[in-house]
Amino acid sequence: MRSNLSATAKVYLVAVFVILYAPIFYLIFYSFNSGGTMNSFEGFTLEHYKAVFEDNRLIAILINTVIVALLSALIATIIGTLGAVGIVSMRSQKMRSTVLSLNNILIVSPDVVIGASFLILFTMIGVKLGFASVLISHIAFSIPIVVLMVLPKILEMNTNLIDAALDLGASRRDVLTRVIIPYIKPGIFAGFFMALTYSLDDFAVTFFVTGNGFSTLSVEIYSMARAGISLTVNAISGLVFVVTVGVVAIYYVITNRAKKMEAYNR
Amino acid sequence: MKFKSKASLIPYLLWVALFVIAPIGLILYYSMLDLNGDFTLANYQNFFTPAYLTMTLTSFWYAFLITFFTLVISYPTAYFLTKMKHKHLWLMLIIIPSWINLLLKTYAFIGIFGLYGPVNAIIEVFGFDPKQILFTDFSFVFVAVYIFIPFMIIPIFNALDKMNPSLIYASRDLGASAFTTFRRVIFPLTIEGVKSGIQVTFIPALSLFMITRLIAGNKVITLGTAIEQQFLVAQNWGMGSTIAVFLILIMFASMLFTRTKKKGGRA
Repeated sequence: MRSNLSATAKVYLVAVFVILYAPIFYLIFYSFNSGGTMNSFEGFTLEHYKAVFEDNRLIAILINTVIVALLSALIATIIGTLGAVGIVSMRSQKMRSTVLSLNNILIVSPDVVIGASFLILFTMIGVKLGFASVLISHIAFSIPIVVLMVLPKILEMNTNLIDAALDLGASRRDVLTRVIIPYIKPGIFAGFFMALTYSLDDFAVTFFVTGNGFSTLSVEIYSMARAGISLTVNAISGLVFVVTVGVVAIYYVITNRAKKMEAYNR
Repeated sequence: MKFKSKASLIPYLLWVALFVIAPIGLILYYSMLDLNGDFTLANYQNFFTPAYLTMTLTSFWYAFLITFFTLVISYPTAYFLTKMKHKHLWLMLIIIPSWINLLLKTYAFIGIFGLYGPVNAIIEVFGFDPKQILFTDFSFVFVAVYIFIPFMIIPIFNALDKMNPSLIYASRDLGASAFTTFRRVIFPLTIEGVKSGIQVTFIPALSLFMITRLIAGNKVITLGTAIEQQFLVAQNWGMGSTIAVFLILIMFASMLFTRTKKKGGRA
């Protein structure tokens, strides 16, 4: 394929990249502003970053957000992976496609509908709004994406491997833990990662099911932004950006290495 | 396959029952309740009054505009990206902004579009008076398009990437113009990617509520804003659920629309 782009194409791509990144860098740039506004840069300061780290409430919210993300991603990955293995072993094609359609409902559902319906559900069965309701919701909306990431990996697996293991006397448990799971590990890993980003990025669902006492970063930023401009939010953006780029870099290196290993093994 | 694992399905099926089927049932049930919890169809009657129908139509119109502009910007971007040397690295760079928290990106525009913000500063350089850009429907559509671009690019990029390039050469060799090749070969072959891109944009665009609140003031009311309003402000869960029922119906329609494809995802 030609790798040379026309000049117009290059200008176009540059423009898209600039538009995508400008707002983020704009936020980060003013996070160092001593002036207190996002309009005129008066002088360099780190006071907004200091304010973030000195605000115990904000730190607690950050920790909450990370705990909810890690826990929900972990539990969703376990349930989703087992579910995907179960779906593949279903005999009836019709049952399988029904379950898959049900699986996709939560992926295409608007956040507001998920949030509202979960709010009704939790109120009905008496789950107190707060940490528990937020965690359960995050697990619930992360499961389908884990299934979608794991499923293709299982489908591409050669079933002879399983038959061979069974013929050689492996128990069903052994087949799962020693044959299937090692094979589909990249899918599981991708599923976990997606679940993590879903959880960290969610605002609407959390907004509905969080009570007064519990808050995640998204909900907190929303209330801060509604109150007007506060450069503390800019400092948070700076931190979030650095962490995101770091995580993406790690993920990129790991998946690249996995791909190379795979190529090597073949 | 000899291997069967009924037990591994149990937690998953429980999840399906409790968090997929039950919530939809509950929304349906609540949509038929009034404020006192008595059975009524008044919410549906209410929904078919001009006020709600206008709101639904405007919400559709905005979602259409947002999806349209997102597609128009994203398709060429995805196309050019597939022609780059390190295309997967570049795609990664497109995805990174989508991982920055949505609220932070929205918040940035409060500053950018503000009365004393950079956009107005540029306008002033050209000798015009600064205008309030924030709290207009323009700013709402702009920010929404900005947010959705990466999510639209990813499926289109994947579809383009999977396409066999020799088809394009064949088309050109057989005398088709660049435009004909695009219209008759490239676009039809990537329609699945476009469809999933539209799906991940259109439905969320109908239900956005935090951008309308933060960027559009209360100028724009989408179905999502109305649901949030009914549930969390007016505490009228019945009416909120009725609006949600319509959103769910639209969602099912969109699932049928993208039926042929196998998988989807927000990112």
